[in-house]
Amino acid sequence: MAERCAVIGVGQTHHKSRRDDVSIAGLVREAAQRALADAGVTWSDIDAVVLGKAPDMFEGVMMPELYLAPALGAVGKPIFRVHTAGSVGGSTALVAAHLITAGIHRRVLTVAFEKQSDSDAMWALSVPQPFSAPLLAGAGGYFAPHIRAYMRRSGAPRDTGMLVAVKDRLQALKNPYAHLHIPDISLQMVEESVMLWDPLHYLEACPSSDGAAAMVLGTEAAAAEAQAATGKRPAWVQGMAMRSEPTMFAGRDQVNPQAGRDCAKDVYAQAGIENPREDLDCAEVYVPFSWYEPMWLENLGFCAEGDGWKLTQEGATALDGGDIPWNCSGGVLSSNPIGASGMLRFLEVALQVRGEAGEHQVDGVRRALGQAYGGGSQFFAMWVLGTEKP
Amino acid sequence: MSPPTPRQGHRPVAVVSFAQADNLRREGARNEVEMLLPVIGEVFANVGITKDDVGFICSGSTDYLVGGPFSFVTALDAVGVWPPRSESHVEMDAAWALYEAWVRLQEDDIDAALVYGFGKSSLGNLGEIFALQLDPYVMAPLWPDPVSLAALQARALLDSGRTTEQELAEIAARNRRRALTNPNAQVAGEFDVAELLAEDYVVSPLRRHTLPPITDGACAIVLAVGGRAYELAERPAWITGIDHRVETHAIGARDLTHSPSTRKAGEIAGALDGGIDIAELHAPFASQEVVVRDALSLGDNVDVNPSGGVLAANPIMSAGLARIGEAASRILDGTAGRALAHATSGPLLQQNLVAVLERG
Repeated sequence: MAERCAVIGVGQTHHKSRRDDVSIAGLVREAAQRALADAGVTWSDIDAVVLGKAPDMFEGVMMPELYLAPALGAVGKPIFRVHTAGSVGGSTALVAAHLITAGIHRRVLTVAFEKQSDSDAMWALSVPQPFSAPLLAGAGGYFAPHIRAYMRRSGAPRDTGMLVAVKDRLQALKNPYAHLHIPDISLQMVEESVMLWDPLHYLEACPSSDGAAAMVLGTEAAAAEAQAATGKRPAWVQGMAMRSEPTMFAGRDQVNPQAGRDCAKDVYAQAGIENPREDLDCAEVYVPFSWYEPMWLENLGFCAEGDGWKLTQEGATALDGGDIPWNCSGGVLSSNPIGASGMLRFLEVALQVRGEAGEHQVDGVRRALGQAYGGGSQFFAMWVLGTEKP
Repeated sequence: MSPPTPRQGHRPVAVVSFAQADNLRREGARNEVEMLLPVIGEVFANVGITKDDVGFICSGSTDYLVGGPFSFVTALDAVGVWPPRSESHVEMDAAWALYEAWVRLQEDDIDAALVYGFGKSSLGNLGEIFALQLDPYVMAPLWPDPVSLAALQARALLDSGRTTEQELAEIAARNRRRALTNPNAQVAGEFDVAELLAEDYVVSPLRRHTLPPITDGACAIVLAVGGRAYELAERPAWITGIDHRVETHAIGARDLTHSPSTRKAGEIAGALDGGIDIAELHAPFASQEVVVRDALSLGDNVDVNPSGGVLAANPIMSAGLARIGEAASRILDGTAGRALAHATSGPLLQQNLVAVLERG
């Protein structure tokens, strides 16, 4: 890195099923203004904007960075649009971070959003495409067979996914921005919810949300200025990486993808992490369906292959009493503005490292991992943030 | 040999290889992966490397051409990223993918990158698709098509006295004449300006010859840094400046006869310092060539669009990257010392990228 990069401001919307009170521009601007205020800067302090979102068909607006340029204060500046499927929120933050570490800009505003109520993501994911068989199953239908393969391989008890569903919803109660607040969530409630894609019950799936996330990233000098202005400490990027693997390749393992393992290895090497469970204080990981917690625990090296479910069953990943809390914000299972879901993971670890997470704060966080994945478990984006400069 | 000092960044980055598909009105049954496969093969073969020799991959495309989500996902199979690679995608013209790769190459953990773009315009109706690029609350419900919008811009330009219908016909004829020497061009030939002016208007004041063709296409570039570039190419095309800027989306709030975003990007990229031998401009309508040329203060001594430009072939989502590739080709083959490439995105030149490429 030519320059160090820090998160100096974060902002998000209250995530909801429908935000009929705002346009798409209003939605992204709400998150962006909160991030600017958090960083103690104004629109004119921003050098460039990097926008991310999932497929354009989710709102029916082609290349919406063009329409959103004035709302994001980008007129006369560079605006950039990233799309890497479900991992996009994470990838977008990484593209923005590289504009800082490469020494191109001083302060970059990065924003991700989805306004799912404007369209129907299930439909948009299932449009028959030329030359390929239609899936007509949405994301849950795609991932359920991989989950069943995981259960068969690992011998995980059938309630493992339901435990995650309850834990993340309990944690969401401590996050005022979370979409789902279900105070009486219980194993019984999850088990009694309708079976959508065996073994996934309705309450083991992410919701469909309108929402946006934004961060201001800055150089070391910008971080010092922000800290002087706001009294809030920066969260330093200690490592960042992306990995992709092909779609049509028989050698892939979609249950424990090589791209995820390689990406984690890269980001840990940069951040000097040898044992993720011990060296990291918490993690925000893209778990859109409950079973992805044990699967990603293994993929990210928090335990040996086949043991992920044991950590979940032991409560190791719970904010309340766990040694390595995962998704203290409630995670994707509690808020899912798709394009922003990955950025929310990246943003939540910034909150944790800065000690700004409020009720869902983990005590004494020094280093934390943010992860996002997309496509058919084939695109990965990760960063490690810390209180210390890299 | 040493690279020229870049105006931005601190690591000199060069285009060392460019390959493109034949630009066709209809690719027919070949899908995007099949269009890209030979292009990716060629762009690596040109410099004797493989996918394993690049540290970063970035592409540009839009889902709206294929009418389904994630069109870039399977396209990546044309590269065959196994073992997994560091890779990203922009939902923009691939010229912006090249910008992302250029940024990434400023960090010293990698020394080469692959950039590609693709689009099959023949699958849908571009007039309807581009209407969906407009403000979804105010503009898009009126379904303004890109030709009608471009006609508004051309009318404003004619009214300003900065061009004539005769000049627009001459621009179209010149580009398609230049395309005669471009084996990848879709529309090339000698056209009589008087005959062109006898055509009916498509949307006044635009006649058919002022419009770009509808094109299926793809292209790819390999970028390399410093000494690695000299290992791969005899005359690398060094990117000494590159920048992009956007204007407001509100067409009514813009002076459509000027392109301040092009000018600002050009200033930052060093394009206004003079000494430009050739320029490849991404001006889909003949009238837009006037606007871009003026924004960059390109005089008569600059050879504009030796490839024929996008009036000769307009592969959506890779046309901007192809301008960089065509400009770089003139450095790589030794016929130019300093070249300018321009790419655009959005309605009526809303967003623009300018790159300056130089001989070492």
